[in-house]
Order: sequence, then structure tokens, then C-alpha cells
Amino acid sequence: MARKMKIRAWDNGKNTSIKAIIFHPMETGLRKDKKTGKKIPGHYITEVNCEHNGKNILTCLWGPGVSKNPFLSFDFNGAKKGDSVKISWVDNQGKKGGSTAKIS
Amino acid sequence: MDTSRRIILKAGMAASTLAVAAGAGLLVPNTVYAAWPAKAFNATKLDVAMNAMTGKDKPVASADITVDAPDIAENGAVVSFKVKTTLPKVESISVYVPVNAFPLSASYILSNQMETSITGRIKMAKTADVVAVVKSNGKLYTAKKGVKVTLGGCGG
Repeated sequence: MARKMKIRAWDNGKNTSIKAIIFHPMETGLRKDKKTGKKIPGHYITEVNCEHNGKNILTCLWGPGVSKNPFLSFDFNGAKKGDSVKISWVDNQGKKGGSTAKIS
Repeated sequence: MDTSRRIILKAGMAASTLAVAAGAGLLVPNTVYAAWPAKAFNATKLDVAMNAMTGKDKPVASADITVDAPDIAENGAVVSFKVKTTLPKVESISVYVPVNAFPLSASYILSNQMETSITGRIKMAKTADVVAVVKSNGKLYTAKKGVKVTLGGCGG
């Protein structure tokens, strides 16, 4: 993976906002390589876990229909500034990634 | 024509297609990711995907769900959406695009800490509805938003 994922977590006055982008090809497995005519194998994120201080807040189940370099944004309650938010993912080829951010 | 021969031919073709798909990593064995509902994501029909994801109950149309998406998307590969609901006790939000090869795009399982609003980006094969199904208090509700997809960005 060339670029690491990005997470922004901040206190929006009411609760906590999260914005995250994961750099991933999200290949559907349906496209064909124009030169060889062979199908490009599917390569997409299947599961994303979001944790606040070690507690799961959101699980995303994704298929190949999610856009390349997936973007995710949501708000959640019960956190304060300085708390940590961890987002980790796994794809259909068993590759894993993730990152953590502090709520600012 | 000898019909039994036809049937055998067809069966053989179907089997070899499956083998190719499995070899290319298209079909993810259930055992690898127990939590990932392969059946729902591999379904090619909307109702099959919905049944596999949230069960046989038919979702009821609800005005308490809003699906935000552009009226016109110039690039079907990246369509932003926002699903928001005021329904209580939301357990999951699933997003479908009926015309896609695999209609189920994404499903989000929410804990009780979550605000019931999710933003993301999905692919759309062509002009269609973005369908959201929300599981609230054990029941299913749905709402949709039509998106016109104009490939090539000519403004259709």
C-alpha cells in the first residue's frame, strides 16, 4: 500500500466527528485488463472496524461496490478530547491495515 | 435435439465458470471471514441480497430515513451518499444499488454510541436508485433516492 490511511477525529461541540479515507484499489473482479483480456482479480476491503478507547463503535461490511479509496464519515457520542479512535480494515486477500487518531 | 446432452453441457459450463471465479479470488470462502456475509455480497439480485443480509421480512418505506445523493452523478465510480435516520435503536444501515452486478454495496453495524448518520462513496453502474435499509428495533425500514449517472461527464 503506497499511502497510509488518514483519520480525522474532532470534537464538534455536540459529539465527535470522524472522517477517514483508506487508500485501496477496491477492484471489483469484473473488470478486464485491456492488454491481456484477462479478468483483474477482485481486491476489495470486506470489513472495517472503528473503535473508541478499545470499544467497538461501528463495523462496516463492504463489498466491491464501494468506491476506490473508500471514504467514511460519521458522528458518535460518549467521547472526549484526547480519546483515541482506531480504525482497522481487512480485505478479501487477507491484507490488513489501520490507523489511530486522537480526538482534537 | 437430445435434451439430456444440452443439460449436461450447461451444467459443465456452469461448473467451470465457478472454478474460474474461485481461482481468481472472486468467491471468498465463508470460513475466512466468518462475519462477512459472503452470500449477501455475492448475490446478483436485489431481493436475494436483501434476504441474505437482513432476512425475509420486507422493509417498510419510511419517511424517517433520508438518503442524500446527487441528482446527477457525472462519474458512476464515485457517488457520495449520506443515509440519515431519526428511527430509534438503529442496529444496522445497508446500502444497495439494484442495477449493480452485486446490488449490496455496504452494510454498517452501529453500536449505541453512534449518531444514526453514515456518509460514504459507492459505485453505480448506471442511472438507478440508491436504496437504504435500516434495521431499527428489530424491524426493517427503507428509503431511496434516484441518481442519474452520466458516464463521461457530458451532462447527459
